[in-house]
Amino acid sequence: MKIVAADPKGVDAGPHFMDGDHAIAEGGLAAGCRFFAGYPITPSTETAERFAERAPEVGAMFIQMEDEIASVAALIGGAWGGQKVMTVTSGPGFSLMMENIGLAVMTETPMVIANVQRGGPSTGLPTLTAQQDMMQARYGSHGDYSIIALSPDSPQECFDLTIEAFNLSEIYRTPVFIMTDETVGHMHEKVVIPPADQIRVVERNLYQGPKEDFRPYGFDSQGDHPMARAGDGYRFHVTGLTHNERGYPVMTPEQNKIVLTHLIEKINGNADKIIRLDEDQMEDAEVVVLSYGITSRIAVKAIQDARKKGLKVGSLRLITVWPFCEEKIRELAKKVKAIVVPEINYGQMVREVERCAAGQCKVVSVNHCGGAVHDPQVILNAIEESCR
Amino acid sequence: MSENQTAPGKGGNMLRLERMPHIWCPGCGIGSVVTSFVEAVKRSKLDQDKIAIVSGIGCSGRVAGYVNLDSLHSTHGRAIPVATGLKLANPEMKVVVFSGDGDLTGIGGNHFIHAARRNMDLLVICVNNFTYGMTGGQVTPTTPTSANASTTPYGNYEYPFSLPFLADAAGATYVARWTSLHSRNVIQSIEEGLQKRGFSFIEVITPCTTLYLRRNRLGDGVDALQHYQDNSILKHGADTRETQIDFQGKIVVGKFVDREKPTYLDAVNKCNAKLIGDDYQLYGKTIPEKEAEAEAKKQEGEAKA
Repeated sequence: MKIVAADPKGVDAGPHFMDGDHAIAEGGLAAGCRFFAGYPITPSTETAERFAERAPEVGAMFIQMEDEIASVAALIGGAWGGQKVMTVTSGPGFSLMMENIGLAVMTETPMVIANVQRGGPSTGLPTLTAQQDMMQARYGSHGDYSIIALSPDSPQECFDLTIEAFNLSEIYRTPVFIMTDETVGHMHEKVVIPPADQIRVVERNLYQGPKEDFRPYGFDSQGDHPMARAGDGYRFHVTGLTHNERGYPVMTPEQNKIVLTHLIEKINGNADKIIRLDEDQMEDAEVVVLSYGITSRIAVKAIQDARKKGLKVGSLRLITVWPFCEEKIRELAKKVKAIVVPEINYGQMVREVERCAAGQCKVVSVNHCGGAVHDPQVILNAIEESCR
Repeated sequence: MSENQTAPGKGGNMLRLERMPHIWCPGCGIGSVVTSFVEAVKRSKLDQDKIAIVSGIGCSGRVAGYVNLDSLHSTHGRAIPVATGLKLANPEMKVVVFSGDGDLTGIGGNHFIHAARRNMDLLVICVNNFTYGMTGGQVTPTTPTSANASTTPYGNYEYPFSLPFLADAAGATYVARWTSLHSRNVIQSIEEGLQKRGFSFIEVITPCTTLYLRRNRLGDGVDALQHYQDNSILKHGADTRETQIDFQGKIVVGKFVDREKPTYLDAVNKCNAKLIGDDYQLYGKTIPEKEAEAEAKKQEGEAKA
């Protein structure tokens, strides 16, 4: 893995007042993304607009494709053409992207896709917030695989985590999702973009050896196998079919086992290196509020109020939502009375918490149908009930 | 022979001989088109490292796996957007899409018209055998009315696309149609398409012996070639509105469209150069452009000296 300073061309250093959507575009440019293929969809469009506006001066390519299917297809072509690539969308577009997200997973193509979540199903609540695509992020494309998804809770984190997402996508050669939401996407806050020499960027691992030895894949349960770039003479072949290390189709159960084990293990087996959590007041906590994205900022208020009442409550915020922090929850469940899980859906990540807690502590789901954030009082009520 | 090497012979190092035998049926026309493609690439003298091939799904989708170029075998219908991404990310590449009629104009129809509309610099070769072969002979957007397919077992009651008309109307700058019998013309058209800057579309009518011919009791591959021989009408520059193919009817062949228009990248560069001024560095200069620039600089230096 080669870590370098960011290319200053893409870094608009300094303090800004910007929303999460714009910060995602800036994060991508800072991370070295020079190819964006997108399709407009509320509430994510501002990311595409920002990238389109900045592309000429940065020397990047922006194209508005005919739909979200084509957007992710173009990202795959762009990545094998040698660029770092990204797109942005919301629920309905995320559904359309699933086909080629599967191809990107299978061909181990690095890319970053941001989902600024809105209420669903279907057209649902186009302009209003939700966290209803968390399971689609994990399981949305057909077939078995594992995935990486990050969830920012502020515009600053939208910037920071987009760079992190690019780095992870290069290290593990996989699509990485930014699972944000309408509230964070449209929230204006201070965003500080550091100077380029303070931004750490993982460079594409391009194969350099003899041409006849080149293999586009290495099924060693790690992700850092070198790629080739079109035009460099390696004559690579990539396919969505089950394939061998040369990239040629081998359609047998034996080869599928090799490929699937690799695709899953390169992420799950490195979960401890990938997962980032934000813990607060956990030392003496008897009840833990587990949250992510905008909901974690609502939970802060509920936790403060609970502490004022003398309740021992801590906060566990998922910065990395996938792979899920299984070990952490297993350990935690042995120590605490309850884990309270507020999310703007009818219970998605809470199922993972229940699975890992395995009955060792109470797990309380605090649902919200979407269209708004929780009332902190509702979370506080759940905390109080859990303490009894 | 190591896996990456390919034996000399027909196609030279252009085919991945370690992947033979191929999957195509006896009498199928796809192999003829691949042979023409290989010949055209050789004649073009283009640097083969700078040619990429992208395909979708289906019998024709397998071409990418057999041709020894940078190759992507993508999802059903999505070859064109994958090729678009590859071309824009790496404009030095000549990107070729190899596709079948169902892949390109059924599930991929939207991508086809939009790439033509943008004048994306791609060469698109469509092997049109009037059927979805890989899945067992279903009706496609080009199946002639009344022809039998497994999903129109009592005859096709839909109207088919004429692909040259569609490509022309959507903005393609080069449009030709041949049959797999016309191998010399196919080679020449592919050669022209490889040299053309802009969206080039070449349709090649081919026999699907196992499904389309058998189901319609049209004989074998040789009978199909005889049909092409007897029914092809050569008409360069034909009005593409008059290129419809009826069941076992006449097939108008030839080069229908060859016009000049700025490509998508030309348009991007023109817009950005105007916006940014002298400091703008052209996005993705092609190799000839870079060479011309170097040459101009050299001459300028010599003139000063």
